[in-house]
Amino acid sequence: MIRLKTSFFIPAALALLLASGVGALAQEEDQPKPSRQSWTFSGFFGTFDQAQLQRGFEVYKEVCSTCHRLSIPFRTLSDPDGPGYSLDQVKALAASYQVTNDEPNDKGEIFKRPGLPSDVFPPPDAYPNDQAAAAAFGKAPPDMALLAKARKYERGFPWFIFDALPFFQYQEIGADYIDAILNGYTKSDDPQWNLYYPGHKIAMPQPITDGRVEYKDGTPSTVANYAKDVASFLSWAAEPTLVERKKIGLRVMVFLIVLSALLYFTKKRIWSDLH
Amino acid sequence: MSGTSTYVPKSALGRWFESRLPIVGLVHSSFVAYPVPRNLNYLWTFGAILSFMLVAQIVSGVILAMHYVPSSKMAFDSIEHIMRDVNYGWLIRYLHTNGASMFFFAVYMHMFRGIYYGSYKAPREVLWILGVIIYLLMMATAFMGYVLPWGSMSFAGATVITNLFTAIPLVGGGVAHWLWGGYAVGDPTLNRFFSLHYLLPFMIAGVVGLHVWALHVSGQNNPDGVEVKNVKRDTVAFTPYATIKDLFGLSLFLILYAWFVFYIPNYLLDADNSVPANPLVTPAHIVPEWYLLPFYAILRAIPNKLVGVVALAAAIVLLAFLPWLDTSPVKSAKYRPLFRFFFWVFVVCCVGLGYLGSQEVSDGTTLVARILAIGYFGFLLVVLPLLGLIEKTKPIPASIADAVLTKASVPSAPSVAS
Repeated sequence: MIRLKTSFFIPAALALLLASGVGALAQEEDQPKPSRQSWTFSGFFGTFDQAQLQRGFEVYKEVCSTCHRLSIPFRTLSDPDGPGYSLDQVKALAASYQVTNDEPNDKGEIFKRPGLPSDVFPPPDAYPNDQAAAAAFGKAPPDMALLAKARKYERGFPWFIFDALPFFQYQEIGADYIDAILNGYTKSDDPQWNLYYPGHKIAMPQPITDGRVEYKDGTPSTVANYAKDVASFLSWAAEPTLVERKKIGLRVMVFLIVLSALLYFTKKRIWSDLH
Repeated sequence: MSGTSTYVPKSALGRWFESRLPIVGLVHSSFVAYPVPRNLNYLWTFGAILSFMLVAQIVSGVILAMHYVPSSKMAFDSIEHIMRDVNYGWLIRYLHTNGASMFFFAVYMHMFRGIYYGSYKAPREVLWILGVIIYLLMMATAFMGYVLPWGSMSFAGATVITNLFTAIPLVGGGVAHWLWGGYAVGDPTLNRFFSLHYLLPFMIAGVVGLHVWALHVSGQNNPDGVEVKNVKRDTVAFTPYATIKDLFGLSLFLILYAWFVFYIPNYLLDADNSVPANPLVTPAHIVPEWYLLPFYAILRAIPNKLVGVVALAAAIVLLAFLPWLDTSPVKSAKYRPLFRFFFWVFVVCCVGLGYLGSQEVSDGTTLVARILAIGYFGFLLVVLPLLGLIEKTKPIPASIADAVLTKASVPSAPSVAS
């Protein structure tokens, strides 16, 4: 037993030494990382805050949508786990957009019609495709549907291990990043300088300032609030099944833990006649 | 799957059928009456877990293929269609993507267990080589599966891996063009990868059949590494003893799997793969999936491309030669103190290389990766052959029953046999 321990622990100690050495090597910070925020949708039982998602959508509609596409179906906005708009609201919203029909009409003409809840948000009027947007900005503004899953910052050793462990789990890195970027325009003389963007030079000029969008529910109209609300809304847009997933997950976990316990005792019983 | 069955059907219909196709007898002799060493620990449950994962991946994959579109214009959107529109599509997809990682986690446990207990030694060399072939097929399948969502990392990964073939002298360029079906990774590449990604799992299933067959000819190795001498004293029947133990092991494994699927489903997916592929934009930092990282680190540690590719291939192919690289007649690390130490050093090298493979290259990481790569190859090519000559092994027990009974310190041996 003692030998087993030394033969295991010496290499393990070696590994720790190596890891800490490499960790030190990797730390060459020239810019701050986005800081970790608290989100309603993190953790075992996290859910989206409906009012917050509606505020985030308002900001998207009034500001972001000028340049950014959001390729999600209108109908999902009525999801009770999501923004929870009424079906009538969603119908009215969809109808306010002009959508290009998939098929030409019987004269062979491509035509536009009012949107239906089953349609996907059309691209911004000003930038019907990525090339048009890239020509205007030097870089096409990304589709926002998956933005919260498509952005990250390095958590570093050993935090990336803790992020995967029960009770420590942390998956809201994309939301932190979006929040940080919107709060990162700290040089008033340079609208394209961002504290958190890698290399600081960002193609998107400061998109939003205090008071730009008037919230209907009386939440203060500050960039800090806009950033949190938009980041939450985009997290829902990227992962609309998060609430359902966690709900099912809880049942699956309880089932598997009970099953494992029963199997353990059955196994003990079956093997008991051998010992 | 070996020998004649002792199975006698109870009903007349059963006897009629058995005399025409003895398939029930085959199952009975393979999974019911099959004798299993009684000292197996829970590391031996990974065989059953891997069988389960293969089936789970095929079932979830077949469903995904009903909704997926293998075209460079539609692939990314069809995945989003699965995630947003298909009923429980998100669940099937997360089961499949995380299932690949679980499959590899289980196969690495299975392989390290095989190395630790010397399971590759005579008479199990063919069994082991079949395992290495399965591992190779798994890597090919997983790599091609990673390309299918046509995200930005999919595209970069496909480009990097297929470009490895250009390192082959004379024919390399031609081979790469042949793989791509063009002059770069594109639509034809995606289409053939989808076709092969659907085909290879069934080839894996075929080799798994051979693997199980070979296993049932030689019988299982065990933690003491001594062969079965007396079937009555040394073994127990597969059912119920191994069946219930495998089920318990599988159930624990499913808790881990469910944790990933339901609570951290995107943890192992690179954020860059949520960005659609664009041949003009390469991710800042190209990384393969975690299970290929150690080999990626070996590749990057070597400055010459051809030598790097050869080292990468050797790192995998050498595993097939373990039965002859290891010269010690003693199987289990339990009785090999020096081997046990070097085994853990080898594990540290593998994990360390994996971590470095995920990091951006710097002088420091390259240096450490080189040291660890030397450790990896040193274990296989120097330590294993030498240890057999110089190591003083501990006395091995005369039989499995002896090993179990000393451990459990039960005084009466005869009662065990029944």
